[in-house]
Amino acid sequence: MRMLKQFRSKIREINQRYGKPKIEMSKGVKFSLAVLRIYLFVLVLLMIYKFITVL
Amino acid sequence: MDFFSVLYYRFKKVWKAVRLYLVIAGPGLVVMIADNDAGGITTYAATGAQYGYHLIWFLILLLPVAYYVQEMTVRLGAVTKRGHAEAIFESFGAFWGWFSLLDLMIVDWLTLVTEFVGMTAALSIFGVPAWLTVILVILLMGIIVLNGRYWTWEKIVLGFCLLNLIYVPAAFMVNPSLSDIASNGLIPNLPGGLTNDLFFLLMANIGTTIAPWMLFFQQSSVVDKGLQEKDIKMGKVDTFVGAVITVAVAIFIVIVTGTLLKGVPIDDAAIAAKMLMKTNHYIGAFMAIGLFDAGLLGAICISLASSWAFGEIFGWAHSLNTKVKETPWFYISYFITLVTAGVVPLIPGAPLVLITLFVQVVAVTLLPAALVFLILLLNDKKTMGEYTNTLFQNIVTTIIVVAIIILSTMYGISGLFPNLFK
Repeated sequence: MRMLKQFRSKIREINQRYGKPKIEMSKGVKFSLAVLRIYLFVLVLLMIYKFITVL
Repeated sequence: MDFFSVLYYRFKKVWKAVRLYLVIAGPGLVVMIADNDAGGITTYAATGAQYGYHLIWFLILLLPVAYYVQEMTVRLGAVTKRGHAEAIFESFGAFWGWFSLLDLMIVDWLTLVTEFVGMTAALSIFGVPAWLTVILVILLMGIIVLNGRYWTWEKIVLGFCLLNLIYVPAAFMVNPSLSDIASNGLIPNLPGGLTNDLFFLLMANIGTTIAPWMLFFQQSSVVDKGLQEKDIKMGKVDTFVGAVITVAVAIFIVIVTGTLLKGVPIDDAAIAAKMLMKTNHYIGAFMAIGLFDAGLLGAICISLASSWAFGEIFGWAHSLNTKVKETPWFYISYFITLVTAGVVPLIPGAPLVLITLFVQVVAVTLLPAALVFLILLLNDKKTMGEYTNTLFQNIVTTIIVVAIIILSTMYGISGLFPNLFK
C-alpha cells in the first residue's frame, strides 16, 4: 500500500515536472502534433475494430 | 620537408584520427549491428530464399535510410545530454511522454520475446534445450551489465558484434556467382513485378531496418558514454560504419539463402539453418550461430533501451557506470524485463505467432511518433544551436521519415488485415 502511494506521488511529480512542453509551439510543431494525433486515433480505431470483429 | 617526412606526418595524422575513432566508436556500431536481430535475420533469409540476389540493390538503398535517421540521435544525445524518452517528456509534455514510454515498454517487451524465440530455436539445432538457453542468456546478460562500467559492457558487446560477421565466411563458402550478383542484384529490378508478396517483403525489410528501440537506445547510449559536442563528427562516422556493416551482413545472408535455398519458402531463420545443414553442415551451423548471436545482441540493446528510458523519467540513476547498490531500480527493471520475456517461449502453447504480429502492429504506433519528435527536436534552434538540422538534412530526413511512416503503417495494417493489400 505504501509503495503504491509512493508510486502515485512519483507519477504526480513527473506530470508536474513535465507539465508544460518546452519546445517552441510554432505552426509547424502544432501541425505535426495534430497530424500525429489523428494518425494515432485512426490506428487505435482500426485496432478496436479488428478486436471486435475477431471476438 | 622531404618525401618521408610528409609521409610520416600524414601517417601520424591518420593514426591519430583512427585512435580517436576507436575511443568514440561503440553506440553506432552496436545499435546498427544489433539492428540485424533475430527477426531481421529471418527477413533477410526469406528475402534471399524467395527472390535470390534480386533485392540486394534494395538493401543497399536502406543504408542511407538507417544512417540519416540514427545520426540525428547522436547529435541530440551529445548536445542535450538527455535520452530520447526524457527529451520527449521535456519538449512535448507529459501526454506525449507517457505515450512514448508506455508504447516503448510494450514494443520492447514483445520484441524481446521474439529475440528469445530466435535464440532458443537457434541453439535447439545443437541439441540445447530451450530452458537452458534462457537461463544461460539471462546469466550472461547479467554478468555483462553488472560489471559496473559502460566501457567494459561496450567492449564485450562489440565482441558479440564481431561474431555477427559469421555470415561473411558462410557467403564465401557457398561459392556464389559474382556475375549473377552483379547483374541480378546491383541493378534495381522488381522480380515478377510489384506483387503482394514482394511488396510485403520490401515493407518487412524496411520495418527491420528502423525500429523504435534503436532511436531510444542510441541516444541513451551516447549520453551514458559521455559523448560531447566535439565528438559528434566521430559519432557520425561510427554510425555510418555501423550502417555499412549491418547492410553488408544482410547482403551476405541473402547471398547464402539466395544461392542454396532459392525458391524454398522460408518463414523462420532456424528452419533455414536446418535446411542449410543438409546441404553443408558448416554453413547451417554458421547460420544458427549467427541467429543466436543476433537474438542476443537484440536482447542486450532492447532491454537496456527500456531501463535507460525508465531511469531518465523516474529520476533513478541510469548509467552502466553505477553499481547495483547505487541504482537498484535501474537493474531491477532490466532483469524484470529480461526474465518475464525469457519465460514466454518456455510456456507450452504460448501464442508466439500472435506476439510477432503484435510487435508489427504496436511498433507502427510508436515509430511514426518517435521519428516526428526526432525531426522536431533537431529543428529546435534554442536547444540544438549550431547542430540544428540544415535545409538539406531536413529535406532528406523528411522524405525518409514520410516514406518509413507510410510503408511501416501499411506493414502494420497488413498484420491486422492480411487480405487488405491482396
